[in-house]
Formats: sequence, structure tokens, C-alpha cells
Amino acid sequence: MKKIIVNGVESSVDVTDDTPLLWAVREQLKLTGTKFGCGEGLCGACTVHVNGEAVRSCQTPVGDLEDGAKVTTIEGLHPTNEHPLQVAWIEEQVPQCGYCQSGQIMQAADLLANNPNPSDDDIAAAMDGNICRCMTYGKIKTAIKRAAQA
Amino acid sequence: MNVKNTPEVSRRAFLAGAGTATTALTMGFAMVPVGMSAADAATSNMFSPSMFFDIHPDGRVVVHISKSEFGQHVGTALAQILCDELECDWANVEIKHVGFDARFGLMITGGSWSVNWSFDAMSRAGAAGRKVLIEAAVAKFGGAVSEYTASNGVITGRGRTISYGDLVASGVEARSMTEAEVAGLTLKTADQRRFVGQDVPALDIPAKTRGETGYGIDVEIDGMVYAVPAPPPVRYGAKVNSVDDSAAKAIAGYMKHVVIVDPIGTQTGWVMAIADSYWTAKKAAEALKIDYDLGPNAGVSLASIHAESARLIESGESSRLVLNEGDVDAALKGGEKLHEATYTTGVNIHMTMEPMNATVDIRDGVYNIHSGNQFQTLVMGLVPAAFGIEASQIVFHQQSLGGGYGRRLDADYILMAVATAVDVGKPVKMIWTREADTQFDFTRPAATMKMTASTTGKKIDAWDSNSASSWPNARMAPAFMVPDLSGNEENKYDPFAINGADHWYTIANRRVSNSQNMIAQNALPPGNVRAVSPTWQFWAGESFVDEVAHAVGADPLKMRLSMLDGAGQNAGAGPTTDGAIRLGKTLEKAAEMGGYGKDMGAGKGVGLACVSSQERGSATWTACAAQVSVDKASGEFTVEKLTIVTDVGTAVNPAGVVAQVTGAAMWGFSLATLEEAEVENGAIVANNFDGFTPARMSDAPEVVVELIESGHYPVGAGEPAVTAVAPAIANAIQIAVGARVRSLPITAEKVKAAL
Repeated sequence: MKKIIVNGVESSVDVTDDTPLLWAVREQLKLTGTKFGCGEGLCGACTVHVNGEAVRSCQTPVGDLEDGAKVTTIEGLHPTNEHPLQVAWIEEQVPQCGYCQSGQIMQAADLLANNPNPSDDDIAAAMDGNICRCMTYGKIKTAIKRAAQA
Repeated sequence: MNVKNTPEVSRRAFLAGAGTATTALTMGFAMVPVGMSAADAATSNMFSPSMFFDIHPDGRVVVHISKSEFGQHVGTALAQILCDELECDWANVEIKHVGFDARFGLMITGGSWSVNWSFDAMSRAGAAGRKVLIEAAVAKFGGAVSEYTASNGVITGRGRTISYGDLVASGVEARSMTEAEVAGLTLKTADQRRFVGQDVPALDIPAKTRGETGYGIDVEIDGMVYAVPAPPPVRYGAKVNSVDDSAAKAIAGYMKHVVIVDPIGTQTGWVMAIADSYWTAKKAAEALKIDYDLGPNAGVSLASIHAESARLIESGESSRLVLNEGDVDAALKGGEKLHEATYTTGVNIHMTMEPMNATVDIRDGVYNIHSGNQFQTLVMGLVPAAFGIEASQIVFHQQSLGGGYGRRLDADYILMAVATAVDVGKPVKMIWTREADTQFDFTRPAATMKMTASTTGKKIDAWDSNSASSWPNARMAPAFMVPDLSGNEENKYDPFAINGADHWYTIANRRVSNSQNMIAQNALPPGNVRAVSPTWQFWAGESFVDEVAHAVGADPLKMRLSMLDGAGQNAGAGPTTDGAIRLGKTLEKAAEMGGYGKDMGAGKGVGLACVSSQERGSATWTACAAQVSVDKASGEFTVEKLTIVTDVGTAVNPAGVVAQVTGAAMWGFSLATLEEAEVENGAIVANNFDGFTPARMSDAPEVVVELIESGHYPVGAGEPAVTAVAPAIANAIQIAVGARVRSLPITAEKVKAAL
């Protein structure tokens, strides 16, 4: 039994140590906004924050987390879902199928937390690990810039 | 009353020929006098004037969407069409995706058909609803229909106003409308529309920014167990001899394994590991020791597939004659110059971000299937056929699709999940690994197109297109096949392997023929990958036009325009009215906007292509100008900019159309330059996003999209632009540095070799 703080709530997950955080969050805590894409850290769909940093939850075994680790998923990014990125995502009408977008937003939130005014190249470098198969990359870039100005 | 697209009518019409499918399906739409009974209406206290929408007493208008959602925001577009005629207050509009309802006829989302097939039906459903509501107001307040108007969800007349919700709450009598009455409804003219033509924000987007959208993978059923597959080492044809699960049994939470027997044969040789979580099931699947008979396809490689296509084209064996105008053989002999070139494509994988999955809950003889799928009619046909049940025993719970692009037209993953649930006797959630999803895709066929033409001066006299590939619908939907021109009804072909070869150029002597590559068909079951055959047929045709133009000293733009004269059959009709002329306009505009013909500097160039994808009967006129920069020493090239000009007739949601066209252009770019699947020993080699590499953000060129609003009947937007990009890039590379690449994907090595 691992005790972690997920979206500000103390939570217990009862899984083997090798279970990726992705599946603990989805199946144990029923937070399904975080998506399974590749299982190998190649696509970014499962991106969450652990102690404030973006990580691939499919590559983060629960056993590697210290007790009390703070995990943030898309559901907990903002109390009323109005993080500047979420607002910009709607204003720019970014998502198509939407499946990768939780991961895109969580990755972008990490970028803006460390670099409030990123250049095009900064954005591409930070977001290159996140695949969007609908290829909404142009709108993702525009929305990140819009959120940065908000 | 009830609005119905009778399945018999639409299915028969569809089967009559894909080229006429759109018009026929639209015309197949009919109202039938089978109404919701007054008793039903009273029970629900809800007015359902048609199967297309409900109006609730609180004023909400819920539009029923029979099309699947995977990024097109199709529900918003269809609701815009219906609610425009219904005169809704948009603030009250909601959408609900329908699982399965036979009354919708052929339930399929693909072919860029959704708006094209639905525009008239949704318009008439809305107009019918408005008429019934006004008549209800007349019954309530007296007077004549002509004294009332409906606007923005409110009816006004004789000094009274009442909202739709209040009217429904007070009771609206259900009634039927005849087919003639529906046909006689007066629809709005373009200048009267309030929602069609507007950039209405997509109703599905906010949930997608919050992680709230329900995809198939998110379904949760009480008491469910998890299934993860152990697929075989070859793509198709393997058989499981035996399974040793002694190592899996040591994993806590592992329950059992299931050898999948799929009587339809959509996949072969699969075993499922069942456990109490995905992770446990995955570990167990990896621990299963399975002995296989690898079957007849274990020696097939991409090279052997291409070799077979070349053999078929040279021998003419099993060739199907699809188009034959004038006297091609005579014209080829009679011209001044003969031109010949062969083009190929590789194997491409859908790679939806959401791996295939389905959750099946069988209880009390009812099969509840929870999944995202593009072709419910196929699911409802195959599941009963495979499991000996009635279609009426199935409840299909449609979910949002984490990508479709044609992959979820297939029902293989649903059949497997049902087979697993039948065996396990509990609700089962089956999720494929990314590895299984990659290696067991129904891929885009590796195609070979041999093109021959003759010219006199700068004019093409004869055009001969002879291609070979596997046929997606010989496998997936044989009913889509049509007889060729031989007169032998048995000589069928898959029009979805040909679309794109029947372009809109006026050439006196034209021939199109095609052979099915059975080695590819058997070893690598083909699928419908976004934009389907126009991605390979236009790759060849639009590359070849440029090659011929250069060979006779003609300008490729001028040569194209001279053939886009709209003469004879190329004048078009109905939705394709003005056919070739509209295509020429998109081409001229793309050339102008994209800087075609300008000196861009050393190693730079702009190439063109224009396409009529997806089908002649529902062509979306699209042109691309691709700007490239090529390093002569290495062959390395950069696609700097793609300019796409498209004429979709009427853009229901212009911003949505631009988003779809932009995504399609990016797909075209990714297919043209980045994506390639190697095939060895009967298997796809790549198994994840490292071995198969769709475009990432840093790869993306600038994409500029321009819509031409011609006001014609709407056609599709999601696919056509895919098909213009590859030839435009290849044409640009030739203009930039003189190198001609004839195989996809275009790589630096191929450019260097062609220099």
C-alpha cells in the first residue's frame, strides 16, 4: 500500500511496486483523464506531474515514489479547470480527437512553470515528446503562447 | 412522426456504386408514417419529432449524432445544420452520439462522407420540427400557420410568444409526415442561415481539455476483469498449437488465458491473458509460452510484395479494367513521345493514440459492447455471425474515439473482446498493448502504379494507369466491390483501391486498370488509412503530370489548367457541378499564394498538385503548393510550407474545416516524408513510436489553408488534402534540384540517389 497525495487528496494505492503510476491512477483512483498511449515513454499521452515536474506516468513505477509524493493529473491541474492553458486550449479550439491533449496540457504546464515566455524553439523542444496523431501541433503552439500572455 | 433513412433503400443505393453513393443515400432519405405514439410522448413528457433530435421541457434541444467522433467535431457541424432549420437558441443545444439504430441506415463514419451525406437529411429534420412546433402553437393559440414565426427557440404570433421548451411542456401531439411532405419543406437559402457557415465553437472541446471525455479505454463496469493480448509472431495466418501458462500462474492476480477463435478470421493466432488489472494481465501475457503454427505467410517481406505487384502489372494477370475511353493503345503508338514511370508507396500504420480496446458485459443474454467504432453496421453484422446470436441481443455503447483515421472501421478488436467475455463469463475490458496495435494494424497497402502516356507537342494524347495493390474492402466490406468493364460480373474490384485514378483532366484516350496483389492481401490484411487510395493513385498521377510536362518543355501548371476545361463528363453535376473548373480555380489560387514559379533561390522550389479526392461523386476540389529547400550534397530536404486551397462547396463550420484540412495536410506530409513500416518474415518490424515515426511538433512545416466558398452542396474535409501533399513535395524537389523521387516516403537518400 503506497500513500501518495493525488490532486491534493491523500490517496492509497494497492498495487505491486512495479506497477506504473499510470495504471494506479487510472484503475485504482479512477482518474481516467491520464491516457495510455505507448507504455514506453515515447508518446507523452500519460504525462502527469510528480512533485511539480512533468513525468511519463507509464515509466514511473509506483515503488519508485516516496511516501507522500505529490501527483497532479489533468483533473487536478486547476480547481475549476480554468488553468490558462485549458482556457487557451478552448479559445484556440486545439483538440481534435482529444486523446493526447491531457498529456499535452500537462507537459505545456511544466514548460510554462519553468519558462513563462517560451520561444517557438523552446516550445518545440519541450513538446517534441508528445505526439498528436491528429497533428494539431500548430494550434498547440499558438495556445501555449496565448496562455503565456494570459 | 418519424424521420427515416430506410436501411433497405440506402444500402441498396450504396451498393449500386460508390461513385453515386452520396447522392443516392441522400435521396434515399424518407419520412415514413411510423410515429412516436401520443402515449409514449406523454410518458416521457418529451417531444421527439424525429429520430434526429429531442426537445425537452426545459428547452434543451438534444441532437442525435449517428456519426462517430474522432476529432472532426462532427456533432457540432451536424447540429449546426439541423438547428439552423429548427431555429434553435444555440445556448440550448446539446449533442448525443447514437450507439446503433437501424433507422439511420448504413452507420459508418469515413470517406469524408459525414456532412455530405447528412446535410439534406439534417436540414429537413430541422425544418420538419419547426413546422410541427408552429402547428402546435396554432393548435394552442388559434389562427393560421402563416401568422406565426419561429426564431431562436421561440414562436411568436397573434401577440403571443412561447418558447420551444414551454410548448413541449404543455404537450405537443406527435404526428407523421409523408415523404412528399418532407420533400416539399422549404429550406433556408444561404443568406437566411444563422449557424451554417459560422465558426461555432465545437461542443466536444471543453471536456477534452479537462480529461472528462469518455473514450472506450475509460469504460468501467462493476466486476470487470482485464484482458491483454499475446499476439502471434506473424501478421496473419498463425495458429495456436498450445499454451503453457505455468510461469503466468506465478503472477498474483493472473486468472487464466483464452485462445481466441474468431470464426470471421479477422485476426488469427491470438491468446488473451486475463487478470485483475491491466498491468498484471500484461505481465502474464508476456509470461505465456505459446507454440504456433506460423502458417503460410511467414516468409513474406515488403520486397516480395513489391515484386508481386510488378509481376502482376507486367503480366496483366487478374487485371481489372476500370476505365477505358477512346483508343489508348492506338494513341500510345500514334503520339510523338512516349512517357513511362512507375511509382510506389510503402506500408503505413494508423497508429491511433488510443490503442484498440473494447469492454464487453454479457448479462441475461444481452451483449453490451462498449467501444469506439466507425462502422456500427459492420459490428452489428459480424458479432451475430461470429457468435450465433441475434443483432437484437446487442447493445452497442458508442464511446469517443481516441483517433480513427479508418482503423476503427474494423471490428476485429470488438470480436476478440466478445470472444473473451464469452469464455470468461465476467465483464471484460480488453486493451491492446501499443506493440499489438502497431503490428496488427490493417495497414495502407504498399501500392505500385505504372503510368504510361503519349504526347504530341505539349498535349497529352493518351494516359494509361496500371496499378496493383491489396484491396482493403475485399476483406473488410466485400459488398463495396463492383464489377469491372469486362462484362463479366465476377470480375469485381475494390473502388477504394482505385479512387484517385479517375481524375478530372480531359484526355481523349484514358485507361485505368488494377490487379489485386494476393500475397499482400493474405500476409498483410489491408485497411482504409485516412484518405485511402487517393493517397497512392494521386501520388502517381500528380507526380506523372509534372514529369510529362517537364519532358515536353511545358509548364506543369499550364498543362494542368489546359486539361481542366470542364468538358463533357468533367463538367460535373449535382454536388460536383462545374467540376474541373472549380479544381482549376483551387490550383491557380494555390499557385499564386504558394509562390509557384518564383525564383526562391538555389535549392528551393515550389511544386503543385491538385486532387478530386475522395471520389468522383463527392469530390472535394483541393490543390497544394509545397515549398521545399534541398541540400544538393546530401539530399536532405525541408518542407518549409504547405499552401492548401480547397473548395468544399459550403463550409458548415469554416474554422472546423480549416482544422480538418490542416490536419489532413500534416498527415500528407507525415506519410510523404516520415512514415514507413518495414515488413520481414510476415510481420511488421516496428512495434512502437520509435520504429514507426509520425510527425512531431519540430517536424511540422508551416501550413496555410484557404477555403473557396463556392456555395455548392457541401462535401468532405477530413481526408482530401492528405492526397495532394506527397506529389506536390516530389514535384517541388524536382523543380528545386532536378531530382525525381518515385517511391514513398521521400527520404534524403532517395533524393540524393536521384540527383
